Amino acid sequence: MLSELKAGDKVFISGTIYAMRDEAHKRFLYMMIKNEKLPFNVRGQIIYYTGPTPEPEGRVIGSAGPTSSYRLDPYTPQLIEKGLKATIGKGQRDRAVIESMKKHKAVYLVAVGGAAVVLTSAIKKSTVIAFEELGHEAVRILEVENFPCIVANDIYGNDIFVRGIEQWRR
Amino acid sequence: MREIKTEEIIKAVKNLCIEANYSTTTDLKDRIKKAFEEEQSDIGKEVLSVIIKNQEMAKKEKMPVCQDTGIAVVFAEIGQDLHITGGIFSEAVNEGVRQGYTEGYLRKSVISDPVFKRLNTNDNTPAIIHTDIVPGNKLSLTVMPKGSGAENMSEVRMLRASDGLKEIKNFVLEKVRGSGGRPCPPIIVGVGVGGNLERCAILSKKALLRETGKPNKDPNWAQLEKELLKDINRLGIGPMGLGGTITALSVHIMIEPCHIASLPVAVNIQCHANRHKTIIL
Repeated sequence: MLSELKAGDKVFISGTIYAMRDEAHKRFLYMMIKNEKLPFNVRGQIIYYTGPTPEPEGRVIGSAGPTSSYRLDPYTPQLIEKGLKATIGKGQRDRAVIESMKKHKAVYLVAVGGAAVVLTSAIKKSTVIAFEELGHEAVRILEVENFPCIVANDIYGNDIFVRGIEQWRR
Repeated sequence: MREIKTEEIIKAVKNLCIEANYSTTTDLKDRIKKAFEEEQSDIGKEVLSVIIKNQEMAKKEKMPVCQDTGIAVVFAEIGQDLHITGGIFSEAVNEGVRQGYTEGYLRKSVISDPVFKRLNTNDNTPAIIHTDIVPGNKLSLTVMPKGSGAENMSEVRMLRASDGLKEIKNFVLEKVRGSGGRPCPPIIVGVGVGGNLERCAILSKKALLRETGKPNKDPNWAQLEKELLKDINRLGIGPMGLGGTITALSVHIMIEPCHIASLPVAVNIQCHANRHKTIIL
């Protein structure tokens, strides 16, 4: 299915995705170095870079928009090598991540930054599954319905950040 | 002498933290609607329409516009004929931040030590407080929740005095070009020119409080703001960096006198969710 996605496509995700950001990524890497079992198997999965606000009563999650992906660049190729198929965040990725996505056929999706309430309305369930002590940086499993994203990097090496500037620079 | 109790300050700061995070100022909303009309790329238009929808939903559902509810930057203008009673001013401001971030379900993003003990303080304190003593007996409080996505793209540079206008322009454009989609464009660019190292940084932040798109009062600087905005929007970065004609909503420059041998310039990048709220007590 990933082969059908092209940079610039609008996609809606329904199903299970995992939410995690900086500190959890760091811990994942330490665990991988020590050959420990990760809190979830990343093979075939999607990671959403977010650290939500606390949920008010009656809500499954607080505001949960994307955080800047470049901070996770140092950890991403290692997870892609283990079979991670997609990441969701905002802003461009570095060369190593882009090469890794091309090599292992993974994609990078962008959600609209600062549109946390719109995105939160697509999250139907949220459960912390690891590192609860990290608060908003804990690892969560999210059930989403029609979570809106735009394909930024496809498996063919196309990059919307580069293409966009080429097309619109005056 | 007029007196004001710290309790009043606590309550005001608490409410400002919550309101600034849930609502968008009218000038910014209007500017983004205009940007939606002006944007030429389809994907850029799509992003802007989501941003507009999000502003409406956040206000209606009483939810933070963005999950990064920032570190609380507080600008206080304290009238010199005003006496603050019942406690210490900075403690009152921090108590207000503590209550606002807790009761408003805002994210606590402050850590106690930037490198060695990255422990969350769990109440988003301490706030960053800038105080000015001004004439009169009033207290003006502004809370600006500043997220890090855009703040991280900012910089202070000590240019050579002889560098002049051309290098100021190059510096601003270099910062915007380099940050691309990371700071959540369309951005607002705050520029501080003059003062010294720390003053120009504060100026660049204060510049973000100006009504969106309102030009500088000095025609020379107004002209530079206009030229910079035009040049920035020709970079092609577009909303969220996905390509388009609206990369910035406005450029706001603030200046101060400076040393004959200096040309300090600060660029403070602000995302499209430029949140701030003011009350005068």
